[in-house]
Amino acid sequence: MSEIVNPAKNQLHKLESEGVPNPFKDVDFADLELSLYRPRTFFSILLSWIVTLMTFLALIPLFTVLWMLLWRGGKRLTLALFTQLPPAPLERGGGFGNAIVGTLIMVGIATLITVPFGVLTGVYLAQAKDSKFASAVRFAAKILTGFPSILAGVFAYGAIVLVTGGFSALAGGVALSILMLPTIILTSENAIAMVPPKMKEASIGMGATTTQTALMVLLPTAMPGILTGVMLAVARAAGETAPLLFTALFSNYWLMSHGRFNLMQPTASLAVLIYNFSAMPFANQVELAWAAALVLVLMVLATNLIGKSLSSEQLHQ
Amino acid sequence: MASTSTPNELQNPLEGLTPERIWQPPSSSQRWGDAVFRRLCFAFAVATIGLLVWLVLEIAFKAVPAFREFGFSFLTGRTWNPNLHQYSVLPEIWGTLYTSLLALGIGSAFGVAAAIFLSEGFLGEVVFGILKSFGIHLHPFWGKLPRQMEALLKNLIELLAAVPSVVYGLWGLFVVIPVIRPLCNWLHEQMGWIPFFSTDLSGPGVFPAVLVLSIMILPTIAAISRDALVSVPPKLRMAAYGLGATRWETILGVILPTASRGIFGGIILAFGRALGETMALAMLIGNANRLTLSLFSPANTLAALLANTFPEAGRREVPVLMYAALVLLGITLTVNIAGAVILERAVAQAEAK
Repeated sequence: MSEIVNPAKNQLHKLESEGVPNPFKDVDFADLELSLYRPRTFFSILLSWIVTLMTFLALIPLFTVLWMLLWRGGKRLTLALFTQLPPAPLERGGGFGNAIVGTLIMVGIATLITVPFGVLTGVYLAQAKDSKFASAVRFAAKILTGFPSILAGVFAYGAIVLVTGGFSALAGGVALSILMLPTIILTSENAIAMVPPKMKEASIGMGATTTQTALMVLLPTAMPGILTGVMLAVARAAGETAPLLFTALFSNYWLMSHGRFNLMQPTASLAVLIYNFSAMPFANQVELAWAAALVLVLMVLATNLIGKSLSSEQLHQ
Repeated sequence: MASTSTPNELQNPLEGLTPERIWQPPSSSQRWGDAVFRRLCFAFAVATIGLLVWLVLEIAFKAVPAFREFGFSFLTGRTWNPNLHQYSVLPEIWGTLYTSLLALGIGSAFGVAAAIFLSEGFLGEVVFGILKSFGIHLHPFWGKLPRQMEALLKNLIELLAAVPSVVYGLWGLFVVIPVIRPLCNWLHEQMGWIPFFSTDLSGPGVFPAVLVLSIMILPTIAAISRDALVSVPPKLRMAAYGLGATRWETILGVILPTASRGIFGGIILAFGRALGETMALAMLIGNANRLTLSLFSPANTLAALLANTFPEAGRREVPVLMYAALVLLGITLTVNIAGAVILERAVAQAEAK
């Protein structure tokens, strides 16, 4: 240490002997070192450690969840899970093929409802920008983002189940669509707003109508961003349980009954299956719940990651 | 080599293109289509607001019969007895607020810590510290590692939000409860006189529910806080360092106060999430109609009550549950609107700088 300090000190001594006042005369250099014995630096280093520790602690749940899913769910992961029906209590084996189909169908219904609705609203918001009405719509969408999922179920119960007279896949799809809509509106608005203005101006300059500009320039350019929004919304909806509990209910059978495909009957879903089976006192059902959780998480995470990779490609271009 | 072609022999790229073929005014059918498309977009935008209004009205109107019958005593009584047709939700309101506030405390401490860790370059220090111990300095490949690690960590925390809540419920039921049970019962035996520890944890209860809930809201808080911290102008940070402040004097004295509105808005939004969160609570809180301070006692929340009672509700019970849903709607809408307004102001404030 002294070897490093010495040349500088020598320089100072030289300057002092030449009559230049030493500007560091009153400075104790040891006082400037980072030391644990000084409260200020000790406090700083301590907090740095605490924050580091807390961040890694926050990641523990993620890893234990994934580990438990692979360990307890992976044990039961066989092809039979995807082709068989849920077992009765005390029955062995079984699967949840109908729940996977049910989840896909209800998310599909919700996607069919929300994609046109959300994307066109996004087009409107991106065009109208700062008008008062557009801000109001944007605010409504933001409020809908935080709308409790169980209340979406209550709404679909009142609006669909009570009206049609029974639990159905349709009611489940409608409930899910309320949760998907705000994500799709806000992400498609963002994606469209990020299209370079010169492209839009060029299109209008060529004499294109607003519609032609929107359909042939804005939407194709913003497509990766919009798809990201749709994928994220789908991933969220696929994992939702609360809105399905009393709209689609649950069923131990396939949607296909008596050779006919019927959407107006109680429908199974992976999420509700996990909820129902986790509370059962039978080991087989609990195992199935873990396996269903593994399948559900894989589906949700895959959709999520694919969606995110779509828009990161757009950013790199 | 001399070119044999003369300008006359070059093909004119614009040959045959009259101005009318390059551009033309929209035909009447295109104009008609344009008008329809515009109105369609506008109609969907109106429908978004209409949907929000419809959601509120649907629940409110279905709750009217129960409101007529029970009035405001529904909010202050403690009984829930379908056999006697007596209903009130004070324990559920208390449970909703109690669990959400506790989870918010834990979640925001960890969420803000993670946001600071990810935005103030701590990770770079950790990674470089490790690299230094291997004798690697300023390597073109390894030098990029901290930034990549930061992105990876940010994505991992975002993945926490992507795990469905029912999976967290399952994990809480079979992992968290068995792990924390001995600790909770030890706390009860040693310090049972403190009201928070006044009962033992026999299975589901408030504390496991709060733990899992705080993990679920952590990503929201971390993401929004990180955005707020990153948008603090760098010159403020440099000025603080230049005045001789230590890193944490800078963070606590300059950066956090500047980003406080954004962070606060994020915390309020997370509070809204926690209030409306259903599945993890329905699975972990024990569904007991109890008004309790104890962390280890089973309790109930409004959302869990709806989830557990609605599927088997009879004709007479539905309006009552709609009333409970209306109460939950009122609480969450208030909190969400407050959070959205605060965040909007924080963004406006950041842009004004």
